[in-house]
Amino acid sequence: MHEKCQTMKPRLQKHANINMLETLRNLKNLIVVCGHFGAGKTNFAVNLAREKAEAGNKVTLIDLDIVNPYFRAADNVAELTTLGVKCVVPDFANTNVDIPSLPPTVMGALEAYEREPDRVTILDVGGDNGAVALGMYKRFFKENGYDLLYVINMYRPLTEDIEGAEMILREIEWSGRIHATGIVNNSNLGVETAAADITDTDSWAREFAKKCGLPLVCTCADVSLAGKLDSIPDVFYIKNATKQIF
Amino acid sequence: MAKKVLMKGNEAIAEAAIKSGCLHFFGYPITPQTEISEYMAKRMPKVGGLCLQAESEVSAINMIMGAAASGSRCLTSSSSPGISLKSEGISYLVGCDLPCVIVNVQRGGPGLGGIQPSQQDYYQATKANGHGDEHILVLAPSSVQEMAQLTSEAFDLADIYRMPAMILADGALGQMMEPVDFELGTKREIPEKTWACNGTEGKRKKNIINSLLIDPDELETSVVNRFKRYDEIAEKEVKYEEYKCDDADIVIVAYGITSRICKTAIAAARAKGIKVGLFRPITLWPYPKKQLGALADKAKHFLVCELNMGQMVDDVKVATECKKPVSFFGRTGGVIPSPDEVLAQIEKLAAAL
Repeated sequence: MHEKCQTMKPRLQKHANINMLETLRNLKNLIVVCGHFGAGKTNFAVNLAREKAEAGNKVTLIDLDIVNPYFRAADNVAELTTLGVKCVVPDFANTNVDIPSLPPTVMGALEAYEREPDRVTILDVGGDNGAVALGMYKRFFKENGYDLLYVINMYRPLTEDIEGAEMILREIEWSGRIHATGIVNNSNLGVETAAADITDTDSWAREFAKKCGLPLVCTCADVSLAGKLDSIPDVFYIKNATKQIF
Repeated sequence: MAKKVLMKGNEAIAEAAIKSGCLHFFGYPITPQTEISEYMAKRMPKVGGLCLQAESEVSAINMIMGAAASGSRCLTSSSSPGISLKSEGISYLVGCDLPCVIVNVQRGGPGLGGIQPSQQDYYQATKANGHGDEHILVLAPSSVQEMAQLTSEAFDLADIYRMPAMILADGALGQMMEPVDFELGTKREIPEKTWACNGTEGKRKKNIINSLLIDPDELETSVVNRFKRYDEIAEKEVKYEEYKCDDADIVIVAYGITSRICKTAIAAARAKGIKVGLFRPITLWPYPKKQLGALADKAKHFLVCELNMGQMVDDVKVATECKKPVSFFGRTGGVIPSPDEVLAQIEKLAAAL
């Protein structure tokens, strides 16, 4: 019986997170990913979309980034589409047009979520004031319930201390007219990240979550570090989704 | 601050400027460098400095002139079209012998062009940044770490030689994130700014800063003296990197983000047994002519790689005195070549050697 299940879902075997973290499984189906720019929101959102899809969910990923000109969720459309993830990206993402417009398909995707509430709908929001893009969709969050995950990286200079990280969280909540419900610790130094760099940030992340009165939903680490972070609970192993240019 | 931090290239420039004692930032937003302004707006009030969004790039460069004349370390930044607007001010800064740092995070042109990365302002930066017989220092970083370190060095060089220094980056370097250690790099001794217009307090003769010299002989003398300084800079301040050039048949000449792409291509070519290396000019002005020229006796072929239509090719031909053939490969308009595309060029050249 057990073997049969595995052969039926070969994709699950390949991925490091065969068993999705309970904290991620328990999230509401409408998930907003926010944070200081450069915290790693897109990496987290793309990996969460992949994880949810591989666990058999219907998934929509909305690139709501009106801040970044390049390196964005739209870079991952091809891979996610093959996993069955519906991707909604701004018309001008990764083109030469510098217009922070949001297409009507975003509203369409949120309306689809209302009709189909078991569809996991993830919004990848631009950094800092990029959260202003959320304001116009407030009705959907208010009426349907949501989780807003605030992604933090202790190695980012303006969020290296708890005060700085909290200030940006409040700015985001104010611009987006929405409140955070959980914290994601994505502290990393890019390709140079060692296991110790992540474990060193655990107590900081917990203290920050406590100060904000929010749960620490998970700690992210690159899949290459699998097995090296057993001292921390709820580690979400992710694959780098940033476009590589060299 | 932790020893290493993860930053966007644009942020690294801004933080390095603040750590170098820059207290005045004047700018105007333009993609892909706007994070410099945003970072300055958040950080400058905390260090007692001033971040001001001017009404245009022209205003910003003229505000720089005022701040520099007072002896303050100051920074302005923009991207390609915005730098064109600053060009008159840059020439005036040179004419006044004023130090400052100007950042160009290049995007695709000409005209309004696009917002993707380019290196299309090489000519403008190294040969024609403003009118008149003049040069500015031009430094080309190739990593976020260098965005920080070269910004710090640019402030020192600008003060030592009393002239503007430019960080010539590109959108990819501005937007990408890498770890940075701000403690790396060397600090230079900076001469006292006895020329600054910062108040005589009735104790000295007033200083005058001016680029208007009506008498042709006087103007000629000032230009000639400035060029003596340029000779000294060319002698002392050239920076470059040689990578696997010792046994190289083919030497790629590339700077900035393109050099990173080329290094990946070189590793792949070396794995196939092709002897290829990289010469990376870090100062684009002064250009490392002698050092590149020395390779012309060993290498068989030079390949220039840039995100433009071949603006550095002539400098390579001059440096190598055309002793060996010089080829070019580049993409333009905001398109970045993949390492595989560069590898294909290397293989083509290797087959013809």
